[in-house]
Amino acid sequence: MTEEEIRARLREFVARFLRGHDLRDGEDLFATGYVNSMFAMQLVQFVESSFGVACESEDLEIDNFRSIDALTAFVQRKLGAGVA
Amino acid sequence: MSDPAPPPAEGALRMELGPAQAAARAEFAAWVAEHVTPHAGAWDREARTPPEVIERLAATGWLGAAIPREHGGAGMDWVTFGLLNEELGRGCSSLRSLLTVHSMAAHAVLRWGSRAQKERWLGPLARGEAVGAFALSEPEVGSDASAVQTTATPDGDSYVLDGRKKWTTYGQVADLFLLFAKAEGKPAAFLLERGTPGFEVSPLRGITGTRASMLAELRLDGCRVPKDARVAGVGFGLAVAVATLEVGRYSVACGTTGIIRACLDASLDYAARREQYGAPIGEHQLVQRMLAEMAAGYRAAHWLCLRAGWLRDAGDPAAAHETFVAKYAASTAATRAALDAVQIHGANGCSEEYPVERYLRDSRVMEIIEGSTQIQQVTIARGELAGRR
Repeated sequence: MTEEEIRARLREFVARFLRGHDLRDGEDLFATGYVNSMFAMQLVQFVESSFGVACESEDLEIDNFRSIDALTAFVQRKLGAGVA
Repeated sequence: MSDPAPPPAEGALRMELGPAQAAARAEFAAWVAEHVTPHAGAWDREARTPPEVIERLAATGWLGAAIPREHGGAGMDWVTFGLLNEELGRGCSSLRSLLTVHSMAAHAVLRWGSRAQKERWLGPLARGEAVGAFALSEPEVGSDASAVQTTATPDGDSYVLDGRKKWTTYGQVADLFLLFAKAEGKPAAFLLERGTPGFEVSPLRGITGTRASMLAELRLDGCRVPKDARVAGVGFGLAVAVATLEVGRYSVACGTTGIIRACLDASLDYAARREQYGAPIGEHQLVQRMLAEMAAGYRAAHWLCLRAGWLRDAGDPAAAHETFVAKYAASTAATRAALDAVQIHGANGCSEEYPVERYLRDSRVMEIIEGSTQIQQVTIARGELAGRR
């Protein structure tokens, strides 16, 4: 899966929660004011189901989930680790 | 017990338990009828669950319901777990609440714990050698979980925990507490062992319902835990709490359905044999109205719980919303059912000689825990509205 495909899938999922807010890829999702505590869990579940990766306890750092940029890098790392 | 019926064809509505689920339900019901129902009133009056009862429950393996077999658990599917909660709740809401909080702690370790935490705790939790508990509520913090005042201050390789927790179900006997605190101003989850220096547990008494659930207040005073006691990253504490509460809410919804069933059973028995005006009171139409409401309330709650369970088993994201609906419907129906059950029993219903006054006190608790009725209403309405945006 290409980086752009990962980004597109993440943007589409996140956009459902942002009620039209035009999110930049580097923008802090949790600072937008549009997401709540359920969102973090839904995001983790989406990443796992959509990309077929397992989020382990040590992965659950907010910095991995903070923005589209961070999420893309995280998914790429996990997919790379899966292949290895 | 992990072999549910095959999934239905797309678009089909499945309305049956799988054969293993039906057999498990019968086994749960028989065990509860023998080991729980006859004694639940005494446990309630004594405000304690005898240790041998917990040992007996642990021996069934059901305390490991939420833990997969490869970790030593029973590996139940969610529907079967729901049926276990319903049957236990039918007999004793206190003992059902042990299954609830224990399963919450186990699920959190399973889902969010590190490899070391899983190795350390899943086996003992599955075997019931360690009892788990959930420590979120505080004297000043209930529904707004993000506002916890307990702090976790980093200090070298440790965190130092300070604060108080309240209403911790089975806190009096638990060995492992899934505890929430603010670390660097953000919510974080920790696994805290009984006996850790600086950690004191004291019993809470004089509770309205689920009196045998051995509620405790926890005091943390300079309580030092290793950094690897944290579950998931700092900032994920609330997410862990929310996900864990979802398990608890499902368990409570199903257990509360058991209360409605117990109200119905007791009321049918009583209405069939109690005679007034020369006839069993079950033949009086205003009593029949209450019985009908109870029967319909039970069916509705039971099916809503099954639906939530099936969705969880299917990994459907709608499970969270449907669990809110199930818990709301079950807990409000249970209050109505218990009020009517007491009414049908008349003066006897106000006596400890009959179980319905306990059902009334227990049902009241169910509208408060794992999301109050008002929180459920707001959450459900917002969820429904979200589909129209």
